[in-house]
Amino acid sequence: MTRVLRSRPWMPLCGLVATGALAACGQQAAKPAKTVIQNKGSDTMVNVAQVWAEEYRKAAPDVEVEVSGGGSGVGIAALIKGAVDVANASRDIKPSEAEQAAKNTGKQPVGFTVGYDALAVYVHKDNPRSEITLAELSEIYAENGKTTRWSELGVKLASVSDDTIVRVSRQSSSGTYEFFREHALGNKDFRLGSRDLNGSKEVVELVGSTPTAIGYSGMGYATPAVKMLKVAKAKGEAFVSPAVAAVHDKSYPLARSLHVYTLGEPQGAVKAYLDWILSDAGQKIVEDSGYVPVPPAERPKP
Amino acid sequence: MSHDAPPDTQLAARPQRPAWAVLGERALEALIRLSGMSAIFFVAAIFFFVLREAAPILVRDEFSLVQFLFSTEWYPTSASNVRYGTFALTVGTLSVTALAMLLAVPFGLGAAVYLSEFCAPRVRETLKITIELLSAIPSVVWGFVGLTVMSRLIVTTTGAPVGVNVLNGGIILALMSVPVIVSIGEDALKAVPDSYREAGLALGATRWQLVYRVLLPAARNGLLAAVLLGVGRAVGETMAVLMATGHAVHIPGSLLDSVRTLTANIAAELGEAPAGSDHYRVLFLTGTLLFLITFAVNLTADFVVRGIRRR
Repeated sequence: MTRVLRSRPWMPLCGLVATGALAACGQQAAKPAKTVIQNKGSDTMVNVAQVWAEEYRKAAPDVEVEVSGGGSGVGIAALIKGAVDVANASRDIKPSEAEQAAKNTGKQPVGFTVGYDALAVYVHKDNPRSEITLAELSEIYAENGKTTRWSELGVKLASVSDDTIVRVSRQSSSGTYEFFREHALGNKDFRLGSRDLNGSKEVVELVGSTPTAIGYSGMGYATPAVKMLKVAKAKGEAFVSPAVAAVHDKSYPLARSLHVYTLGEPQGAVKAYLDWILSDAGQKIVEDSGYVPVPPAERPKP
Repeated sequence: MSHDAPPDTQLAARPQRPAWAVLGERALEALIRLSGMSAIFFVAAIFFFVLREAAPILVRDEFSLVQFLFSTEWYPTSASNVRYGTFALTVGTLSVTALAMLLAVPFGLGAAVYLSEFCAPRVRETLKITIELLSAIPSVVWGFVGLTVMSRLIVTTTGAPVGVNVLNGGIILALMSVPVIVSIGEDALKAVPDSYREAGLALGATRWQLVYRVLLPAARNGLLAAVLLGVGRAVGETMAVLMATGHAVHIPGSLLDSVRTLTANIAAELGEAPAGSDHYRVLFLTGTLLFLITFAVNLTADFVVRGIRRR
């Protein structure tokens, strides 16, 4: 009896492992005839990348673009391994990553700016404040920051009795979280106790329903219930509202470029795809998705 | 099939059954025993695999178990100073669970007593079906209710700045654990022999005295088991609390503060933590911690039940 007990319970587990392995193999099946471009990376860009892929199918029916997210780091890691043709990244490639890619594949990664994103700072629409400096943001959000109430910023909120600032943030794996930490907080850590939400849209929704809230999210997510603050780099400098022109001339402090990376200069189908992304049709999609397109002067001439 | 002759003569005198019937019975018995034992095996295996993923972090020099258990600073992806303190998360889990039990236990046990002792048979059937329906609602739906309906209700009634908080999570978890407590609790009360009831009534007890003095003490083991299953449901629940508690890492000062629970933290961060990284291992260690908490709850309950039995 004991021997049976000792050996048999493993069997269902073995079966499970075997099924898992089979399933993994199945996903590798190749698709014939069509040219396939593998595209992976930034979660910020995954929506716009999907629309690109869908629209490009109409422009070039013989090319299939397969898009997946995972984060900028994931996309670049796949590029280093040579597993994808195009990596999306909402940050610059790190020198160490470029070096690794060159060592692994023998080709230098080449980057293209395909659009811009401005991170807007949102407050409730009834909040009288209309501008903020990066230093004030840091005092509100960063560890050891001193500001916890709106009255400390000189703001009188009429409708509420308790004017404690409700800080709305993103989960720690988000690229937006990292960008805000780097550019608004100077890489200081966030103070704990912020509401860490799982999406850009959720941030704007919570801010819109909370009179004492402040939050950050892409400028494309604005709704009538919230107000975007003008942001200045430092006290005394001009406050700039997040808008297309301010992103283009780089006067808005919380703007970032959206990149795609390829291994070596793009060739053939990949080159045609990237050219199309930077054409008017591709850039229209960037704009429609709530991001800022590359100004025509900066686009490469066909 | 050779027999060791049993001492009992009555058994020995029993007519022989055909060999296939005996063999079949043996085989079935073995199968059933195997199913029973497999529970132990699976619990041990799950614990082993979770611990195996977590173990390498325990021997790292930078990692401190004291900090992991008792620091409130949870900075898994910090650029300058990575800290893994889960105390705030543990407090989050305990506070939401405690509130849920505070609401669910009186309601659940009350409903169980009503169903088993005071209710007309037809009403009981309707109620039981409804309660079973309540327990069949998926947790993500509960989370959605917390995020939208309950959150708005809390903001308008209490004036809290944000509706997703301990109160919201506690109410949602209470609603989720009440059906468990009611079904198990009712079974426990039903299991009390009718002779107890008859004896009580014969001695002139009112129905309330009967419940309070006779049935509750007689069924306390089963009722405790019902409450503990409710606690287990509340501690382990992930999706609903992820959506309803506001996901803020700090020790709550009031019912209207947002918190984050151990389960919600794992659910939110495991997908993005690179496999094999420190962050990944610490999340598995959090899983182990959760496992130990539920294990401790169950073990304590077991001891309590044994203590009651001995008296």
